[in-house]
Amino acid sequence: MLLDSTHNIATPEGIELRLPVAGLAARSLAWLIDAIIKFLGFFVAAIALQFLGTAGSGLFLIGLFAMFWLYNVLFEVFAGGATPGKKAMGLKVMNSNGTPVGWSGSVIRNLLRAVDVLPGCYLLGFLSVFFSARFQRLGDLAAGTIVVHRLPERLVAVRDDSKPLPLNVPLAIDEQQALLSFAERAGGINDDRVAELAELLDPIIPGVDAEQLKRHAHWLAGVGR
Amino acid sequence: MKQEAFETRYRDTWDRYEDCLQALRKSRRAGARTTAQTNRETTGETTGQTMGREFPALYRQICHHLALTRARRYSAGLEQRLSRLALDGHQHLYRTRLPFVTAFLRFFARDFPQAFRRHWRFTLAAHLVFYLPAVGMATGVLLKPDLIYSMISPADVASLESMYDPENRRLGRERQADTDLMMFGFYIYNNISIGFQTFAGGLLFGVGSVFYLVFNGIYLGAVAAHLTAAGFVETFYTFVIAHGAFELTAIAIFGAAGLKLGYSAIVPGRKRRWHAIRDAALQALPLVYGGTFMLLVAAFVEAFWSSTSWPPAGVKYAVGAVLWAFVYAYLLLPGRDES
Repeated sequence: MLLDSTHNIATPEGIELRLPVAGLAARSLAWLIDAIIKFLGFFVAAIALQFLGTAGSGLFLIGLFAMFWLYNVLFEVFAGGATPGKKAMGLKVMNSNGTPVGWSGSVIRNLLRAVDVLPGCYLLGFLSVFFSARFQRLGDLAAGTIVVHRLPERLVAVRDDSKPLPLNVPLAIDEQQALLSFAERAGGINDDRVAELAELLDPIIPGVDAEQLKRHAHWLAGVGR
Repeated sequence: MKQEAFETRYRDTWDRYEDCLQALRKSRRAGARTTAQTNRETTGETTGQTMGREFPALYRQICHHLALTRARRYSAGLEQRLSRLALDGHQHLYRTRLPFVTAFLRFFARDFPQAFRRHWRFTLAAHLVFYLPAVGMATGVLLKPDLIYSMISPADVASLESMYDPENRRLGRERQADTDLMMFGFYIYNNISIGFQTFAGGLLFGVGSVFYLVFNGIYLGAVAAHLTAAGFVETFYTFVIAHGAFELTAIAIFGAAGLKLGYSAIVPGRKRRWHAIRDAALQALPLVYGGTFMLLVAAFVEAFWSSTSWPPAGVKYAVGAVLWAFVYAYLLLPGRDES
């Protein structure tokens, strides 16, 4: 297995769910986006509640409380495990067994945020993320939750109608897989890079170009048979 | 089987599965109220129900296809699509579900008081860690009045005095409703935040919880003793007695939750440390929910009852005593017959 940041969960159905765990950068940016949203929220609320005078400042304090402690919990429980910031960064909170995060998990991880921020600037949280295997801050560890990248919505395997071309060179199974994936992804990469990648195969399949490779891939995939 | 043939053969199954999942999610969001209604109106099944019956089989099929895709080394794109489908299904199938209202009522009728007693070692310890320093500090301040300035700045002491000075009370008007509301907001923001921090501080091997408990205990003792010595007995105690029942007890409860967390970090027993902490956090959660609710009640009582000055002192003391009795009766009695 490659050395990577995937968290694997074995399910009762005998398959393995492979979840890409989110690292510090993505999570920090998500936090920043949330912080900006909350700040704007405070700002608008402060202006609006001006008109209510003393009572308004009471409501403002309740709002402040909710923003501090409930914002994350409510979004995580009701909006599929992601605050707006996390959603923007393509992140999602879930239990470490792969089930959606519920009230208890979310409440624990977010209350214990008070410890992660200590002694300032999320220092404990940062250290914890660095040293835990699944990039969990202390709150995550205590709640048994992880933050993962959302799996891509749907990676469409676009196969154009180029004709399959038989390949005479024997390829090992993972080489075949690499070729199939190349054909799949070629549409999303710029042409120069595609050509460059195709050149890598020159020693194995002499004189091959990207177009030919795609046709070989189609043959491997069994298009038109 | 070549990938292309595999995809062609099962594409319809995957699409069907996706539709199914989407329909189930939608019907869940639409809620139970509509399902009950449509059931009675149409004798047949709703689409949600047929989909619900079909879903598990489809899900198993998806898992099977994912396993095949991996074993046969089909392309990464196909693997990713099926992974995504499998994960969505897994999340739908294995989510925890509990009717919210039932859980909510059961929590107050049983779970919270039971948790208070089940963790009695921690609730008791938290009470002691909170009230002993309070009593100690109060004794100290009564014997040696200057001691309060080691805790509270002279300016703050002066403002405390003016708040509870009977002279001011007599002159002052009844507080305005909007001021009540402002104080309500302040109590919620301030007190519940302190409660949450008391709990969270437990993760630092209990040190944070102990700190908050002792600090608040000392503060409470100092203020109470100082105002008593100053002769503001009636104004002070008529103010604090009612909401104190909820507020002080709640602080002790948050402390107990934090101590439980800290204890599990220090003495994980036969579990791995984080495993022990995770279990302890889950068990302490009812205390946190209950404590939060008690602080909400306390904020309400403090803002809208404690602050009133029209009821005679006797009434205020009586109401306070009843509330104290109620709080502990509630924590100690309900749910004893069931385990």
